[in-house]
Amino acid sequence: MTKKYLKDYKIVANEAIHRAYSLMVLATADGSEMPPMEPGQFVEVAVPDAPHTLLRRPISVHDVTAHSISLLIRRAGEGTDRLCDMPVGSSLNILGPLGHGFDLRPGRSLLAGGGVGVAPLLYLGKRLKESGAEPTFLLGARSKDDVLRLPEFEAIGKVYVSTEDGTLGHKGLITANPAWQQQWPVIYCCGPMPMMKAVARLAAKAGTECQVSLENMMACGLGACLCCVEPTIKGNVCVCTEGPVFNINQLLWQE
Amino acid sequence: MVKLEVKIGQLRLKNPVMTASGTFGYGVEFEDLIDLNRLGGYIVKGTTLNAREGNPYPRMAETPSGMLNAVGLQNKGVNYFIEHIYPTIKDIDSKMVVNVSGAKLSDYVEVCERLAPLDKVAAVEINISCPNVKQGGMAFGTTCQGAAEVTRACREAFPRTMIIKLSPNVTDIASIALAAEAEGADSVSLINTLLGMAIDAERQRPCLSTITGGLSGPAVKPVALRMVWQVAHAVKIPVIGLGGITTATDAIEFMLAGARAVQIGTANFIDPTVTMKVIDGIDDYCQRHGVSDINEIVGLI
Repeated sequence: MTKKYLKDYKIVANEAIHRAYSLMVLATADGSEMPPMEPGQFVEVAVPDAPHTLLRRPISVHDVTAHSISLLIRRAGEGTDRLCDMPVGSSLNILGPLGHGFDLRPGRSLLAGGGVGVAPLLYLGKRLKESGAEPTFLLGARSKDDVLRLPEFEAIGKVYVSTEDGTLGHKGLITANPAWQQQWPVIYCCGPMPMMKAVARLAAKAGTECQVSLENMMACGLGACLCCVEPTIKGNVCVCTEGPVFNINQLLWQE
Repeated sequence: MVKLEVKIGQLRLKNPVMTASGTFGYGVEFEDLIDLNRLGGYIVKGTTLNAREGNPYPRMAETPSGMLNAVGLQNKGVNYFIEHIYPTIKDIDSKMVVNVSGAKLSDYVEVCERLAPLDKVAAVEINISCPNVKQGGMAFGTTCQGAAEVTRACREAFPRTMIIKLSPNVTDIASIALAAEAEGADSVSLINTLLGMAIDAERQRPCLSTITGGLSGPAVKPVALRMVWQVAHAVKIPVIGLGGITTATDAIEFMLAGARAVQIGTANFIDPTVTMKVIDGIDDYCQRHGVSDINEIVGLI
């Protein structure tokens, strides 16, 4: 497991890219190098000046460069609202990197995501491409305006899009997208639970390896409090340390 | 140099700062972030006779200045602890305390008996106050008779320091503490979590799978402080204070109220280095106030 750090970071950009999402770019406050981070890992962000919001907010790693980390943050409540509204130049205390990320496979792969679940897929796609693998994206959203970071994904690989109202790409859920007419040796998925379960069913039917990233509610992020557990074939395990990425063959999703 | 050493029964802590059970795993989860050897003591996760899967997810809900949990003592059982975990943590240069829980009296006794031969288990903390299990746990800690029975039985099974962890979900916590003291407890620690509840109004459902859970964090601090003060005035054995401590000032308040040592719990989730800051802050406080021995301030109020 990668070494964990507790560091102050400085916000170098925090842009509202959608009414419900901000793209935050952070650099280490002391100019030191980014700790090594794997795709699918996450960080725990302390919410400043919010005394009633006690716990850190777990946010997945969206992108990493030598001196910065990007987080795609969805406004989900008081804590994340506060993060989305933080001014550039302010400081954030961050614990990470945390958790077990995606296991990168060579060759072709499908990276399927929806909502804020597309966040970890950008860094995953980038690292897959750097390793010589061939990532293809499948992004789902309610409408055209809800498709996040499309140009950035297109810069890495081919992108299939599904929107529920048909304003961009194929109309309907991502499980109905023509992308599924092809065989995929491996599928990486992150999104709302019904989406991940539907993708997992397709993968299981095709006998394809499928890795999903869970976002169970979390407190410590370190495997100490045992709050974020997911039932698996090994019993209840912490999503923050054993996950957040799990191979679906570890999960008890077959209803 | 301020003297920070405190004594709890036969247990000598290099400083009064310990980590609360269930909030610090087995310590190793934090080793990238702090020097575990600096802790006064570390209390490992609640250990039961047999492995427990705990309660179903969701087990946690954040509440104003606090959190509810309903973990339900998930652990792999005492034998797993002895074979697989104890060897990896026994050389931490701090005092190891194992929190012991059970569904029935004989469970507590058997766990204590199995821990007794492990010389690095400096103390046990008997949990008669877990609100998240159906059997045992808090049931023992809400009557003087129940507390007395568990204390008496464990006293015979464990030869070193024995701490009884008390529940705040009682009418008169001092009487429970006195019952534990009378049966040979070396110390009492308090408070465990306060029974609470959270509801998701939009979904019209409880936030926790168990409906009710244990409240911790800064929200409970005034209640904890009051109970520590009441108990410290009632018993002669040392009291260990916990409940919502996030800063050195909080820790000092508990000591002024009568706590010989303190435990830090939920704050570990927010700042995993908080224990180090509290140790340093207690030292600073003593220097500012001309206190040469931390024991001088215990119970000033």
